[in-house]
Amino acid sequence: MSSADRLTRLLALVPYVVSRSSVSVAEAAAAFEVSEKQLIDDLNLLWCVELRAPDPYCPIDLSYEGGEIVVSEAESISRPLRLDVDEAAALLIALRTLAEIPEHGDALSRVIAKLEVAAGNAAQPSSQVSVQVEVRPDILLQVRAGLDEGRRLRMTYYVPGRDENTERDVDPMRLLLVDGWSYLEGWCRRAEAVRLFRLDRIVELEVLDVAARIPEEAEPVDVDRGLFRPSPDDTKVIIELTPSGRWVADHYPCESVTELGEGRLRVELRTRDTRWVRRLALRLAGDGAIVAPADLAESVRDDAERALDQYA
Amino acid sequence: MSRRKTERLLNLVVCLLATRRYLTAEQIRQAVPGYPDGSEAFKRMFERDKEELRELGVPLETGSEGEEDTGYRIQRQAYELPEIQLEPDEAAVLGLAARVWQRASLAEAASGALLKLRAAGVDTAEAASLGIEPRVDTHEPAFPALWRAVRDRRPVAFDYQGIGRSAPQRRHLEPWGVVSRRGRWYVAGHDRDRGQVRVFRLSRILGVVSGDGSAGEVVVPDGVDVREIVAASSTPAPDRRSATVRLRQGAAHGIRRWAADVRPDEGEWDRAELGFADVDRLVDYLAGFADDVVVIGPPDVRDAMIQHLKAVLA
Repeated sequence: MSSADRLTRLLALVPYVVSRSSVSVAEAAAAFEVSEKQLIDDLNLLWCVELRAPDPYCPIDLSYEGGEIVVSEAESISRPLRLDVDEAAALLIALRTLAEIPEHGDALSRVIAKLEVAAGNAAQPSSQVSVQVEVRPDILLQVRAGLDEGRRLRMTYYVPGRDENTERDVDPMRLLLVDGWSYLEGWCRRAEAVRLFRLDRIVELEVLDVAARIPEEAEPVDVDRGLFRPSPDDTKVIIELTPSGRWVADHYPCESVTELGEGRLRVELRTRDTRWVRRLALRLAGDGAIVAPADLAESVRDDAERALDQYA
Repeated sequence: MSRRKTERLLNLVVCLLATRRYLTAEQIRQAVPGYPDGSEAFKRMFERDKEELRELGVPLETGSEGEEDTGYRIQRQAYELPEIQLEPDEAAVLGLAARVWQRASLAEAASGALLKLRAAGVDTAEAASLGIEPRVDTHEPAFPALWRAVRDRRPVAFDYQGIGRSAPQRRHLEPWGVVSRRGRWYVAGHDRDRGQVRVFRLSRILGVVSGDGSAGEVVVPDGVDVREIVAASSTPAPDRRSATVRLRQGAAHGIRRWAADVRPDEGEWDRAELGFADVDRLVDYLAGFADDVVVIGPPDVRDAMIQHLKAVLA
């Protein structure tokens, strides 16, 4: 731990105790995410603060007898340090992102206003960063109704990779908002597994008069590890791109991207379903080509030949 | 980093908060335990300490009392987080907001902010839900440097690999803001090379974003809406023409999602009208549907489609 982190914690610790009627060592340790031993060491350090001139004195007096922290003298550091620009921005940008969700309730706008006042000038740069949220309000509200009432959803869902509209019954688990896109996580009764559905791809939706039944084995996706994780069983595809085809690397989750010189790229990706890669290759035409697997490259040529025949 | 240093910095903060008058370096040395006796060694250490406090956001003020040397103090009003009282539902939303950032710079800043707010008496233990679990990833390597540049109003320079270019170009930008749109990060600002407003995608910035001027140099013109600029740059031009296509029945669903006037045609086909602005973009897109779509007209679109499919076979 750096001394900066520790100093920040020490400066926050006294006000934390002062602003509460009673705080145990255990509670404070949990709030600051440190061990009780570390916290006691912090308290000892605070107790040792002394000024020698003009007259020597100890400005902080505290005790933690019986595990209960009591600060009887805190003087100048009884309030926490102001939020700095990064801290104000981290919270305000996140709050404003949440506020783009329709019918989010008014707690958000209240807390944004209070935080802007408390942060003062430090709040200003936060307005220069924003995360745009894609939502379909009609669909979102229906999904939320299904979630709140614990009812099953019936939907027509467009799968772009296969260019298919699919019919499914889904027992809703929760909504996710990841990088500006909104998703429904639910138990798909067709796949008998947890699936994510991007709300803008739901073509039609009906809240059924049937109670949702989510099986015990349904594991929510660990959002912090990323929504899409390729499986080792997936097909590995290698594509080479000309400078005009480089957008592919921005657009699809690639396992590796290698510069080949003069703006050309080689990308490797893994996918369970290769139909969308065929589409991609047809779309790229001269801007890129599948290097491997060979049979996938061959099927792209077949697709193109069949398409060309229509114009004969 | 040593306990002694932490202790010294803590003493220094308390000392400078406790004083109303400016204290000279010498007075500070006498008051704060832990400084060395030698005046050179003291000077160096004191300089580093001041720098460190400023980095933590401690508002260190310089001034002097009458004829005395430069002195230092911290004004409580500038130091202290103002009173903030949150209702339980507000505090809960704040807990949710702090979880938004994945990884890196802003995630740390968010927990730092929560720490201070807890110290101000806010209880954020109950992180709650708006029925939604939000996450934003800032994994783009260029993000932290661009955020700092925007924050400090400092011009930047970077190598940019544009689509269709065989080599990256050095670009010089006065950044106005950073925006995430449809899952991608962009920076918008005044392009010093072109003398115009430009938008850059962070994923196409190669290597390091470096400072290219002083902090405070960038002036964001009044009324600039960075989101609008980014949206305008990534929205296709309005449709000016229309193409007639055949779509195989029960297929080409992606096209049907936006096609106009879809009606049955002969055999296994439907017929539809597609508005478009750019022939190449339309043809690239339609080619992905292989033999589930046939372009009827206009002739230039039909020819472009044939050429495109031939290029797949080339």
